[in-house]
Parts: sequence; structure tokens; C-alpha cells
Amino acid sequence: MATISVEIVEPPRPPGPLAWLRENLFSNWFNSILTMISLVIVIWGSISALRWVFFSADWTPVARNPLLFLVGQYPRESLWRVGASLAIVSFLAGVSWRQWGGTMRAFVLLYAAFLFIGVFWSPKGETLTLPMRIFLASNLGFILLGYLIGGLKLITPRLVVIAWALSIVITLMLLNGFSNSPILSHVPTGLWGGLMVTLILAVGGIALSFPIGVILALGRRSSLPVVKWFSIIFIEVVRGVPLIGILFLSSVTLPLFLPQDVRVDLLLRALVGMTLFSAAYMAENVRGGLAAIPPGQEEAAKALGLNNFQITILIILPQALRAVIPPIVGQFISLFKDTTLASGVAVLEFLAIGRSIVQSNPAYVSKQAEVLVFIAAVFWIFCYMLSYASLRLEAALGVGER
Amino acid sequence: MANQTSNSSRSLSREIPLWRDERVLKVAAQILSAVLVIGLLVWLAGNVVSAANQRGLSLGFRFLKESAGFPIGETPIPYDPSRSFAYAFLVGVLSTLKVSVVGIVFATMLGIIVGIARLSSNWLVNRLALAYIEIHRNIPLLVLLFLWYTGVFITLPRVQDSITWPGPVYLNQRGLFITWPRLTSTGAVFVISILAAIILASVAWSMLSRYQIKTGRSTYYGWVSLAILLLVPLLGWFLAGGAPVRFDTPVLQGFNFQGGLHLTPEFTALLIGLVTYTAAFIAEVVRAGIQAVSRGQQEAARALGLRYWQVLSLVIMPQAMRVIIPPLISQYLNLVKNSSLAFFIGYPELFFIGRTTTNQAGRAIQVILLVMTVYLAISLITSLVLNIYNRRIQLVER
Repeated sequence: MATISVEIVEPPRPPGPLAWLRENLFSNWFNSILTMISLVIVIWGSISALRWVFFSADWTPVARNPLLFLVGQYPRESLWRVGASLAIVSFLAGVSWRQWGGTMRAFVLLYAAFLFIGVFWSPKGETLTLPMRIFLASNLGFILLGYLIGGLKLITPRLVVIAWALSIVITLMLLNGFSNSPILSHVPTGLWGGLMVTLILAVGGIALSFPIGVILALGRRSSLPVVKWFSIIFIEVVRGVPLIGILFLSSVTLPLFLPQDVRVDLLLRALVGMTLFSAAYMAENVRGGLAAIPPGQEEAAKALGLNNFQITILIILPQALRAVIPPIVGQFISLFKDTTLASGVAVLEFLAIGRSIVQSNPAYVSKQAEVLVFIAAVFWIFCYMLSYASLRLEAALGVGER
Repeated sequence: MANQTSNSSRSLSREIPLWRDERVLKVAAQILSAVLVIGLLVWLAGNVVSAANQRGLSLGFRFLKESAGFPIGETPIPYDPSRSFAYAFLVGVLSTLKVSVVGIVFATMLGIIVGIARLSSNWLVNRLALAYIEIHRNIPLLVLLFLWYTGVFITLPRVQDSITWPGPVYLNQRGLFITWPRLTSTGAVFVISILAAIILASVAWSMLSRYQIKTGRSTYYGWVSLAILLLVPLLGWFLAGGAPVRFDTPVLQGFNFQGGLHLTPEFTALLIGLVTYTAAFIAEVVRAGIQAVSRGQQEAARALGLRYWQVLSLVIMPQAMRVIIPPLISQYLNLVKNSSLAFFIGYPELFFIGRTTTNQAGRAIQVILLVMTVYLAISLITSLVLNIYNRRIQLVER
């Protein structure tokens, strides 16, 4: 008797392109006007940008000076040292890819893409020689080698982190050389330059500021008033003044603050400034991580009979530092951008090299915009990659989801 | 009871050896760290003094009274090279404040627009805002400043072939020339009437809105305040008898423009660079703040019958502001500190004048100390004032 009317409810179909357009771009008259205005901006902007990039811009100052942009005036006969450092990086990149996968893979592939561009870089001007191109191509092999070796049971993530830390030291020793060594002659840092120096300043600054920042953060939370106030004064003073002022202080006035027989290298002075500056911000990041730890952790550790030092090292810091990895990546991005300020104290980093290329050749003076756009593009790619990685890391670590 | 505990703690302390007594250790650690830090400072200062003695440098601040002897490209107050170093320094402070205040105002406006565009339901607007933010956040400010200055302002046409915009506004190698309203002799009355209008309108706003909240009767306080704001100055205009403002137009005379408001290429490039860069960060702050207000708030307000702008101004913004203000303060402070990059493009603000003084008179330590103190003072005062404001709006918390 009771007939059940069977009504088939269809699942909502994904909207077609027209429906999508109506919903997202032309939902009412105001939206439609906005869309039209934006459309004009986008079309006009991209046409003029593309026209400039491909037709009116003259990229010769960029295309002809790849080595200057990469390593500055580093002696060309010692370039193999930069190559060796690069090989170490390639190898470790391969190992890290195998160990961590995910974000690392994206990074390594992008790195490989850069190498690939290098292999086929413009053949005019002060070019990369054929051996250099072959070496760049062989770096792809080093990555693969690292990938294969990274699969061994012996290799643990902790080991890879230590290897990365060691590689910084080895690279610096390779690049700097020793004053009385026949093979590794000393290369004064005045000759270093380009992207190499930018990376050294950023990586060195963040790595060196890390321990100082942790100590300052612990100091700021300390129950000892003297320690606490010294930490607060340092952090707030450094955060209250511009970086260029600190760089000026460290590079122009540091020699006056030290005994007269101590000579500190120009690059090292800039690095000291970057480190002190970065340490204050690092301290605030770490403090955020420390604050996120529930007090129960410390109480439980106390109940187990650990002393204050053990509690800090074994219980608090491992948890706090895990939580601050994403903010530290963010800080690294801003430090990486801030390395450009070192050009103000005569360090020939990436931007300064670009500007000196322009000033060195009268034919290039009218090509300033091209050089600056190239520099901006390189910075953009690096920073965008890093912020993308930081997002992925945040998700992977599950920070903020507890 | 209290006696007992103090007794037992005393007996305990007798058992604990000195080097494990926490109270002793705490004092010892503080003395040790104080000795270390103060020792380091004394050592550094000692080196400076001995270096100064050896090279015959003076460490005092008496040089500030001497004549500066260098010209300054553009100054907010009259200046000539015969004035003292202290006066030149004051010029630098004022230039920094000028570019910072103007920059903060414009960066806030642009930042709010981009931040709201980022939340737009219009896909294209949304993506455009995202592109703006990503471009500016991932390129160093210094590179952007150089792009604006050497990429745009240096390549502008000569004065004779200025780019002309309606206004008229002229743009050329010498900078930006804008038609600018200037007060005439009857202007004072008009200015007073504007001030009176602002005061009256805000009084009306707060009284009527309070009355509306208390009684629930609509008082149209927005419209009333707007009417006061418009009508009172109009009255002032009539009372003054004659136009209170005159539009000062730049006119080409010989090789340069006369009259109007002249902004140098350095100032304009710095301002545009700072504003566009900081606005990207402010936009993210605004977006995060608005998104932090839960959707239910908006829906509940709509359900109560509030209009769209009422929802925004009465429900969303007051809550979002609590999230927005603290990061906004730090963005403002960043802008002030970043204005020191003007040094690279030659706008004579505090840091630039500090460097010039060092080149002219040496005394790097005194100069850098003064410059840093001023930046620190600006930072501390700004954060103090804004923190007080922040605390006031945070108190409204449920």
C-alpha cells in the first residue's frame, strides 16, 4: 500500500566554469566592478612586465658576470675550493632528501634546477668554462650519491644535522685557507663576495645567534634579578635600534673597543653585528617556545629529583626548541634579507656586487634596473621557498595543534 | 607554626653544605654574572680610553657645539652649515620623525585596504592582494628602495618634460611637485571652526551612542556627527568672509618649478618604499586579526538585525583590534627603524647625518651612541604610548 517514493538525490555537482565565474567574480554589481578593475590591472601589469623583461630590458650585465654574482672577486685559480664546498652541500642535500623526504625533496629539486641553469648559463662574457659546467652537472651525481648513501641504516637524522653543522666549519676553512699553507693559501675576505657572502652572513648569523639567544631567553625567565635584568636590557636595546646602526657599531667602532693589537676581519665584524642583532630576536622567539611549555613538565621533573640544570637541558629545552623551529625559519628569512645592509659597511654581498658591477662599466649605468630586478628575483625565490618550507614544517611538526 | 618552619629550615640549612645551598648559589650566580658583564664593559671602555689617548681623540660631547660645516640637502627646519653639530643632529631627528609619521599614516591606510582585499570573496581581488603581499615580503627593503630610487626616480624626465597629472601634479627628476592648499589671512577662523567641528562631532558621537546603547532607541549618531563635521566648517567659511585656503600651484619658472609642495626624489622614493613594504606586513596583521574573530560573531550579529557596516564597526572591528594592535605596534616601530635605510639613497635623516658627522668630525663612538639613543627613545616612547592604548582596549575584555 505504502509506496515509497524513491527520490534520487543527486550529489551536488562541482560548479561549471560559468557558475564559478558568477560566484567568485560577478556575484553582485560591486564585485563585478572590482573584478573589471583588477582585470585591467592584471592584464596591463603583466603585459608591460613581460614586454619589459623580454624586449626592452638588456640583461647583459647579469648574463656576463655569473661568477661575480656568485663568488665576487674570489681568486679564480682557487675556485675549486668553492666547488668543493658546493659538492659537500650537494652530497648532504642528497642525504637529507633520503632522510626527510617531503619538503626536503622540493628543496633539493629546486637546488638541482639551479645547478641545471648554471650548466647552460649564457656563453658570452666572463663565462663559466667547460670544466665548470661539467662540474656543475656532476653535482647532480653528488646529490644522487648522497641519496643512495642516505638510505644506509647507519645514517640517522641526528648524524645528518651534525654533518650540516660540520660542513659550515669545513666550508669556511676551505674558503679562508691558512696563512702558511702551500695548497690552501689564505684568501683575505675582502675578496669574497656575491651570493656566497650573503649565504655565509645569513647562515652564520642564525647559527651563531642560536646559542646566545637560548641563553638570553633563559636569562630573561630567570628568577635571579641581576641575570634577568641584564638579559632584558640587552634584548630591548638591540631590538630598539636599527640593524644598520649595529653594523656600523660593529664594523667602525669595534676596533676601538678591542686592544690595539687585535685586528678583526671586515667580514667577521659584520658577522658579529648580524649575530648580536639576531640573538635578541632569537631570544624572543625562544622565550615564546618556553612560555608554551605547561608548568606541569617542570613540576614533574622536579618531583623526579632532577636539578635545575637537568630540567632545563633534558625537559624544557627539547620541547621548547621543537616549537620554535617555524619562527626561527621566519627569522632566518628576515636575516637573509637583512644581509643586504652589510653593503653599507663595505661588505661585498649580493646587492653590493650588483651595484659595483653597474658602477664598474659605463655601459652598464643605464642597466641598473635590470641588475636590481635580477637581485630582487633571486631574493624572492630564496625567501619564498623558505617561507613555503616553514609552512610545511609547521604542519609536519604539528605545532599549535596540541 | 611559622616559628616551627623557620626553625626546621634553619636546621636544614645547617645540614646542607654551602656550595649546595640554593640561596647561596643564587646570590653567587648573580654576583658572578654581574662581575662578568661589568668586567666586560669596563674592559671595553678601558680599551676605548687607551685607544683615544694614543690617537689623541677626545671622548667628550663638546664637539656638538662646534659649527657643523656641511650642507644638508633638505631640512624640515631652516639650516645652514654654520649651525652647530647639535642643531644638524636635531634636523636629522626631525627628518626621521617626518618620514616616519607620514609613512605610518599611509602604510596603515594601504595595509588595511590590502588586508581587506585579501579577505575578499572576489577571487581575482583576493589573488591580486596575495601577489602584492608575497612580492613585498620576500624582497629585501633595501633592494626595493634602490629599485624605486635608481630604477624609477633617477630615470624620470627632465624638468621641462615633466609628467603631468591632473591637480596639477608634476613628476620629474627633481621630484614631485603637488598643488597644495595654503591658508590665507582669513584661514585662522576656518581652522578653529574645523577643530570645533571635530570636538563637537566626537562629543555628539560618544553621548548619542551611549544613549543608544542604554535605551536601545536609534539616535542616528553617525549621521548627526557627520552633519556637525560638515556644517560647522561651512559656517566658519562664511564667518571668515572670503576663501580661507588658496591653492598653491607649482609653476615652471626657468629651469625649475616654483610654488606648490615640493617632495624631493629621495624623500618620495624612501616614502613609497617604506609605505609599500610595511603595508604588506600590516595587511597580514589586519587579515589575521579579522580572521581571529570567530564566524559565529558575525552570524549572530546579522541574526540580531545589524546592517553590514554595523556588524563590521560594532562587532568585528572592536574584537579584531585587540589582536591587531600589538603586532601593528611592532610594524610601526620597524618602519621607524627601517627609515635609517634612507642613508643608502641619500635622504638626510638621523643616521645619514650621523655618518656625515663622523666623516666630518670623527668621534664615531659619541655619534653612534647619540643616534642609537634617539632610535631607542623613539622605540620605547612609541611602544609605551601604544601599549597604554592597547591595555585600555584589552580591558574591555569579556
